[in-house]
Amino acid sequence: MFDDFLVRALLGGIGVAAIAGPLGCFVVWRRMAYFGDSLAHSALLGVALGVVLGIDLNIGIIATCVALAVVLLLLQNQRGLATDTLLGIMAHGALSLGLVTMSFVEALRLDLMSYLFGDILAVTERDLIWIYAGGAAVLALLALIWRPLLALTVHEELARAEGVRVGLVRVLFMLLIALTIALAMKIIGVLLITSLLIIPAATARRFARTPEQMAGLGALIGALAVVAGLFASLEWDTPSGPSVVVAALALFLVGVAATGLVAALRAGRRRVDSAAPER
Amino acid sequence: MSVAVEPVNGALIAAEALSVRLGGRRVVDNVSFAVGRGETVSLLGPKGAGKTTLLRALLGLLPAERGSVRRAPGLVVGYMPQRLAIEQILPLSVGRFLRLGRRAPRAKIAATLAEVGMVAALDQPLHTLSGGELQRVLLARALLRDPDLLILDEPAQQVDFQGQIEMFHLIGRLRGERGCGVLIVSHDLHLVMGATDRVLCLNGHICCSGRPETVSRHPEYLALFGPRAAEDLAVYQHSHGHAHGLAGEVLPLPTEGKSAVRDNSAAKGAD
Repeated sequence: MFDDFLVRALLGGIGVAAIAGPLGCFVVWRRMAYFGDSLAHSALLGVALGVVLGIDLNIGIIATCVALAVVLLLLQNQRGLATDTLLGIMAHGALSLGLVTMSFVEALRLDLMSYLFGDILAVTERDLIWIYAGGAAVLALLALIWRPLLALTVHEELARAEGVRVGLVRVLFMLLIALTIALAMKIIGVLLITSLLIIPAATARRFARTPEQMAGLGALIGALAVVAGLFASLEWDTPSGPSVVVAALALFLVGVAATGLVAALRAGRRRVDSAAPER
Repeated sequence: MSVAVEPVNGALIAAEALSVRLGGRRVVDNVSFAVGRGETVSLLGPKGAGKTTLLRALLGLLPAERGSVRRAPGLVVGYMPQRLAIEQILPLSVGRFLRLGRRAPRAKIAATLAEVGMVAALDQPLHTLSGGELQRVLLARALLRDPDLLILDEPAQQVDFQGQIEMFHLIGRLRGERGCGVLIVSHDLHLVMGATDRVLCLNGHICCSGRPETVSRHPEYLALFGPRAAEDLAVYQHSHGHAHGLAGEVLPLPTEGKSAVRDNSAAKGAD
């Protein structure tokens, strides 16, 4: 009943949402939204380099993201420039460098929009293998470092004093973000990847009582946004990546309204209770 | 690596001629002292005296420029940092926060929280706690590791005066019950008075050390904190030979032993 391309798009989108949910929670907890955005921007440079050098695009993206993450880590230890300034230079520098490089390659110039905003309906079987194999690896590694990563997110120095190998865990986490960006780019595009990390996680916070609940809910909400966005894109012929983000935004707003309503109802009941005469 | 794992005759941890450089400045200068089993040592000094830097070097978080830190083999340290900023975006219960430091069954978590009077908060979200409650929970996380040595960085900084006195009573009581060594950083001698065996007065180097009531009369201490500090202390002792519990009842302070002041040169090594 579904066309093949639609099944592939759904599978790809849900796979990416399942990775982005848990990882996005840490991006939110560690206030790394801008960091994720900078890395995502640099992915375009990875695509360009991949084509120019004739290597697999995913490898090009991962290599560029990891290289940039390492450069950021090293520069952060230097004084002189604030981190957000540094990130701004890197994000837009890498994006523009990527765009300039791409303009030399005819084939890429035609595809530019799909790299920037994603083209979920063009997901191939090869992409699906990448997403599910890579995604399984990302989630397995995240599960492995979950406890120490959470500990250093709460209080880095305390975690270090208690024996957590902070440097190693941080580098691994950065690697996970780079991998996720490479896997998600086809689906949602470099400009919008961060939204798939952040919006579902922020929505999940309102309904979660533990970090793990928030991660699971984040994945679920992200998947819901992908499915809704995909069908909207099909129905109204809107661009797929932005449609997914709009769906995620809608879910977030529903969450805000729902928790606001519950809070208002509770407050109202309390007022009624206190106004009721004592027996 | 500056942290040598060697026994130090009876001491839990010892700094030996330790200097630490931070941001191009020597913040800790040639400091030697040790903390023994069951002993409470207070590190006292004005802001910027290098107290936290010294602690961080002892914990192995900062490298030594010169000298060394020695730890008893297999030493378990419970560290309580100065403050904890908890973001509301992270859903974390008090019990879960404790378990991040060390895996433990729920019963043990509850028992440890009971020791600091916070057992009712076991399932409460961490970000809803007050400053004083957070301090107690941080202390519980340190205790959960069954430490041989508690290292506490300004443990009562975030609470009012009454809360500070209660916190120091709690630490004194826990030391008695558990028999662990305690190293407390404070900027206020009044607070450490009752609960401490030995005071080290730090201002980059160790200015003077000894029992609290004698350090308070030491010229180096007076030079560092001004003569007002000694007068305040006298007033304080006069009016507060006791402390108040939660219900306002009068509690005795722990008894104080005989006094002994030593100079920097003698303040080296384990007692």
